[in-house]
Amino acid sequence: MSTAPVSHRRASTLRGASLPKWSPWAIAVGSVAVAAGIGLGAGLDSKVQWGLIAAILFVLGTYAIAARVEGRRQAKDRVATSLVWVCFIVAVVPLASLIWETVKRGVKVFDVYFLTHSMGVVADTQPGGGIYHAIIGTLEQVAIATLIAVPIGVLTAIYLVEYGRGKLAKAVTFFVDVMTGIPSIVAGLFILSFWILILDMGYSGFAGSLALSILMMPVVVRSTEEMLKLVPNELREASLALGIPKWRTILKVVLPTSIGGITTGVMLAVARITGETAPVLLLVWGTSVINDNPFSDPQASLPLYIYQQYANSAGSGAAYDRAWAAALALIAFVMILNLAARGIARWKAPKTGR
Amino acid sequence: MAKRIDVSGLTAYYGAHKAIEDISMTVEPRSVTAFIGPSGCGKSTFLRTLNRMHEVTPGGRVEGKVLLDDEDLYGNGIDPVAVRRTIGMVFQRPNPFPTMSIFDNVAAGLRLNGSYKKSELSDIVERSLKGANLWNEVKDRLNKPGSGLSGGQQQRLCIARAIAVEPQVLLMDEPCSALDPISTLAIEDLIGELKERFTIVIVTHNMQQAARVSDRTAFFNLAAVGQPGRLIEIDDTERIFSNPSVQATEDYISGRFG
Ligand SMILES: Nc1ncnc2c1ncn2[C@@H]1O[C@H](COP(=O)(O)OP(=O)(O)OP(=O)(O)O)[C@@H](O)[C@H]1O
Ligand SMILES: [Mg+2]
Repeated sequence: MSTAPVSHRRASTLRGASLPKWSPWAIAVGSVAVAAGIGLGAGLDSKVQWGLIAAILFVLGTYAIAARVEGRRQAKDRVATSLVWVCFIVAVVPLASLIWETVKRGVKVFDVYFLTHSMGVVADTQPGGGIYHAIIGTLEQVAIATLIAVPIGVLTAIYLVEYGRGKLAKAVTFFVDVMTGIPSIVAGLFILSFWILILDMGYSGFAGSLALSILMMPVVVRSTEEMLKLVPNELREASLALGIPKWRTILKVVLPTSIGGITTGVMLAVARITGETAPVLLLVWGTSVINDNPFSDPQASLPLYIYQQYANSAGSGAAYDRAWAAALALIAFVMILNLAARGIARWKAPKTGR
Repeated sequence: MAKRIDVSGLTAYYGAHKAIEDISMTVEPRSVTAFIGPSGCGKSTFLRTLNRMHEVTPGGRVEGKVLLDDEDLYGNGIDPVAVRRTIGMVFQRPNPFPTMSIFDNVAAGLRLNGSYKKSELSDIVERSLKGANLWNEVKDRLNKPGSGLSGGQQQRLCIARAIAVEPQVLLMDEPCSALDPISTLAIEDLIGELKERFTIVIVTHNMQQAARVSDRTAFFNLAAVGQPGRLIEIDDTERIFSNPSVQATEDYISGRFG
């Protein structure tokens, strides 16, 4: 008898008035409508201003409505959620519109012919031609840069995490940090003065690869380091306690455990250098014909192609279209790399299923 | 197979911090020796000095002698990797290799130090899993990941992994502290069987466990917080639990402190 009212009261403190599930959507739609009204009424012609007004209305509206219905604590919670959503949309809108714009303008000339022909017999202002020579150049330059940067980067990271103690490790970490901040044009100038001006080698895809590998290395070191640090020490100790030498422990236990993350990091670093223009401009020089040999004579590359089509177009629409189509190819390439990275990360992740 | 361990005047440091001081004891072959003592008194540290795992910790340093049948583990020219092959270890938290299957986990020690014949491998794996009382539970899923087992099974997998390399001494640091009573019992039974073949040293916080499984018990303590841990006494388990020669031991066992 005496327990019934107690349990009743307790249940009622746990339950409270709450907004229905669809209320955030309703508030969002409402604030967009009001913002459109204000925008029209005040004659604001920038859609960005409309969007900002809608975002502010959404956050304020959420707070006001939730505070009335649910109370102040829940209102704060909802405001935090709505802020996260607003930030997410602010971040996604430019990205989506960029991709949309590139696809819209790029598909005009993007076809098999475009992918399989060079600009060898087409003047920059004429229609026709393609990016075959630029794709070859980009693939070769990025592959060589990766072949140089990944072994050095991964070994450096292994040294730093597994062996590095004291002054040398501190110095290496410091230089990696400094390298992370090197602007790409500086890396290009460094290779230019060293490789082309001092050693007197010619412009080539390989010279570009050298500069790209300088840009790639610190990224690989950093990401690999983080992945290696995630491997629990207990696994290393378990392996060492079995009488397995340290280098085999690293090779057979530490690296396999972190290989998914390391590959992802490498892929992201590859994606990053694929779009680098400045060092390629300085060192690879660019050409409109197919050059399969990265070790001699200028090559083309996708970012460089985009730049040159734009710069040499002299107002020709054909060149503009080609630049956009090449940009589309570049973005597609980077996206494929990212997807591959995710796939590998998932495939190689330590297995936990039963 | 099983070997005697003779420790004399052993002191271990973490950097400048002296964790244990001047420990001397003998661990008899084919027996179970239990280490008990309050938290932080250096039981794990001492255990890890016995197979040169202590120096894996950054700043870890050891003074003194550990004789394994008359050979000093800290002598000149001794290879720590070889020492660890001879003296295996099981850790407090089960730590199977997450990228490997159950089979590969057990085979890891042999495969990765390259000392096996291919034809023998599956026999050894089966024998080790049987030795760890795990064979019946996993024989149908040897290719599944080891991390998919229950905690107690994982710990027995780790024991199988440790005995697969045929060590002569097995060090166990609180092997049951993460396990339920049933798995604990399974592992205690297992320890009873393993001592026919191995010299076993086990750290435990569970007095009943020490009384049940061990032949000899060593009690560690520290004089005060920040002081290094010391060995108070080591004796036959029955004597330690019925009639210890030091008052502190009796206080600790009967729960009057620590
Ligand atoms: N990695 C380390 N670095 C520095 N000091 C350590 C480290 N590990 C342990 N110590 C110190 O060494 C002393 C002994 O620790 P140890 O882990 O050996 O105690 P324990 O007896 O095993 O305790 P528990 O019963 O809680 O496991 C403690 O004072 C501890 O703070
Ligand atoms: Mg311990």
